[in-house]
Amino acid sequence: MKSKGRFSEFKKGMQPTIKELKFTLKKIRQSPLSLIGMSLVSFFIVIAVLAPVLAPPKMADPFLIPYGEEYVTIPEPPSQLHPFGTTTGKIDLYYGCIWGTIYAFRLGIIVIAAILLIGVTLGLIAGYYGGLIDEVIMRFTDIILAFPGLILVMALIVALSQAINPFTGQTWTKIDAAILGIMLVGWPGYTRLIRGEVLRVKTEDYIEASRASGSSDLRIMTKHILPNAIYPIIIVASLDLGTMVLFAAALSFLGLGAPPRYADWGQLINQAGNWVSYGLQYWWTFVFPGLFITLFCLGWNLLGDAFRDILDPLYRRK
Amino acid sequence: MGLRDYIIRRLLMVVPIMLGVVILIFAVMQLIPPESRASVYITDPHQFQQIDIVIEQYGLDQPVHIQFMTWLNQILHGNFGYSELLGGEPVLEGLIKRLPATLEIVIYSAPLIVLFGIWLGTVSAVNRDKPPDHISRITSILGTSLPSFFFGIMLISIFVAQLKWTTLGRVTNLGSILVQVNTGRFHQYTGLFTIDALLNGNIPLFFDALKHVALPVLVLVFIQSATMVRVTRSSMLEALSKTYIVAARARGLSRKEVIYKHARRNALIPVVTIGGLLVGGMLTGLTITETVFRFGGIGNWAAMGAISLEVAIVVAYAMFSAIIFVLANLIVDILYAYIDPRIRLG
Repeated sequence: MKSKGRFSEFKKGMQPTIKELKFTLKKIRQSPLSLIGMSLVSFFIVIAVLAPVLAPPKMADPFLIPYGEEYVTIPEPPSQLHPFGTTTGKIDLYYGCIWGTIYAFRLGIIVIAAILLIGVTLGLIAGYYGGLIDEVIMRFTDIILAFPGLILVMALIVALSQAINPFTGQTWTKIDAAILGIMLVGWPGYTRLIRGEVLRVKTEDYIEASRASGSSDLRIMTKHILPNAIYPIIIVASLDLGTMVLFAAALSFLGLGAPPRYADWGQLINQAGNWVSYGLQYWWTFVFPGLFITLFCLGWNLLGDAFRDILDPLYRRK
Repeated sequence: MGLRDYIIRRLLMVVPIMLGVVILIFAVMQLIPPESRASVYITDPHQFQQIDIVIEQYGLDQPVHIQFMTWLNQILHGNFGYSELLGGEPVLEGLIKRLPATLEIVIYSAPLIVLFGIWLGTVSAVNRDKPPDHISRITSILGTSLPSFFFGIMLISIFVAQLKWTTLGRVTNLGSILVQVNTGRFHQYTGLFTIDALLNGNIPLFFDALKHVALPVLVLVFIQSATMVRVTRSSMLEALSKTYIVAARARGLSRKEVIYKHARRNALIPVVTIGGLLVGGMLTGLTITETVFRFGGIGNWAAMGAISLEVAIVVAYAMFSAIIFVLANLIVDILYAYIDPRIRLG
């Protein structure tokens, strides 16, 4: 009987959370835009999961797009063999778009994870210790935020491309430099966010109680503050995946990211640049990769928009 | 705290940030071996043959703090190095030379972004959850999702290559204008072709330049106004729910008067704060848009410099962007404190 009592107590305690979740789902169901966003994101997840079936890899590195034996400059229109046609060098666009999806997810997840790790660690330390440490960390974020992100990443790519990568012993490749650059530039926003949350949680009684019972700073930070402060940031971060992919694609478009023949949407559009001057004659070279990236970002942004509205209590009350 | 004290305090905050910016750029430069970053110090192309001398002259093999002071001294004297890109030129000269092209896009796109954003945001909020609101939200979400380079490429393929309405670059025949400039028949007062054409009374050139700037402006307005729409909308919704709006309506004022005179005036206060964000977005957007349309402005130049690993160009561009961005945020903060006295007390 006692366990049942505990369960009902637990259930009662969870009531607001469950209610909140139901409310969120209801709101998402009600809004056609969020449904479209959800479907688009699911569609891309399915493509990414099924990529090895949809477009079986032929090379050791599956992200390298297969190309014909002979070098054919002129793009070939969509056909049975190449559903999306080919681009310069007989590169199969269908393969590029499909594997570009996995690449986008991989890049987005790696970048977001790294940014979260850096951002959360620094924000937690700044918010918890306060004082001089806080001041130093926050002024550092101010300096990084004093640059438009893309431009600072451009500078980092140029510098890293001429510096030695300790992992390979050679100079950084542009694509690795671009990914590292985005990581190094992307975290300050999250640091600010989590610092605010930490400052809020820090004043709670249970933190004081934990400190009084002799817990170490590390324990208080990781066991008590972090779990109560991290959720909003995780949501914000996962919804930023689309933005990060767009960021990387823009760099690839500028020629500062993925190398030619790589399954990266931005790079494919960069390659199509030569064919744009023929008008719509070679439309498939830019329309397919462009549609993939636009729909991918649209999906994430619609989802993000829905969550922003749902999570904003001001909006809900109205 | 008075407004003057606030402005002084805010101005003083700019100094450490700018110092931080310079230190950060210097730190990034330190990743590069001395031979490759010597171009940041070079003033004359002949020095490229004597890199060893350059390294010694500017102390590139000295301890870091000495190198930093040397470099700081160089940039404070306006020496940002020499670039071999496009025939070669001192970097600062290259930047100043290309600034008018960029400004030509900015003077048309910035006002349009603000006006279009505020207009659409207001329409959206006033017709909340009705078709105009849906259309505006879809437009602004498309604006944030559609990559500027893809949008630009689509426009080029249709309007430039297919329909041949205009060409890439700033004017159809740059060569003939340069000849006119050299022979003194065309005076370059500002470097902006649309304005210079009017000042020279060359109406066909004005329309030609306007046609060329139209597509990049369209891309920037569509992509950059999304934030403006969103912020105006939510701020407007907030203002419309205030009791003074109900009171104004109860006093018998017309709906239109209440929306535009009472609600929007107050709603625009928070919109000022995204001015800084907008400038940052513009700098990024210009880099990509100018490259797509081969417009020959500083963004186009920096992207080309980055591809050919021209350290000096990228360093100067990063510094320039940071200065503009920091100044924009400073102006926004002061403006905001001026409009809303509560900020100064904080």
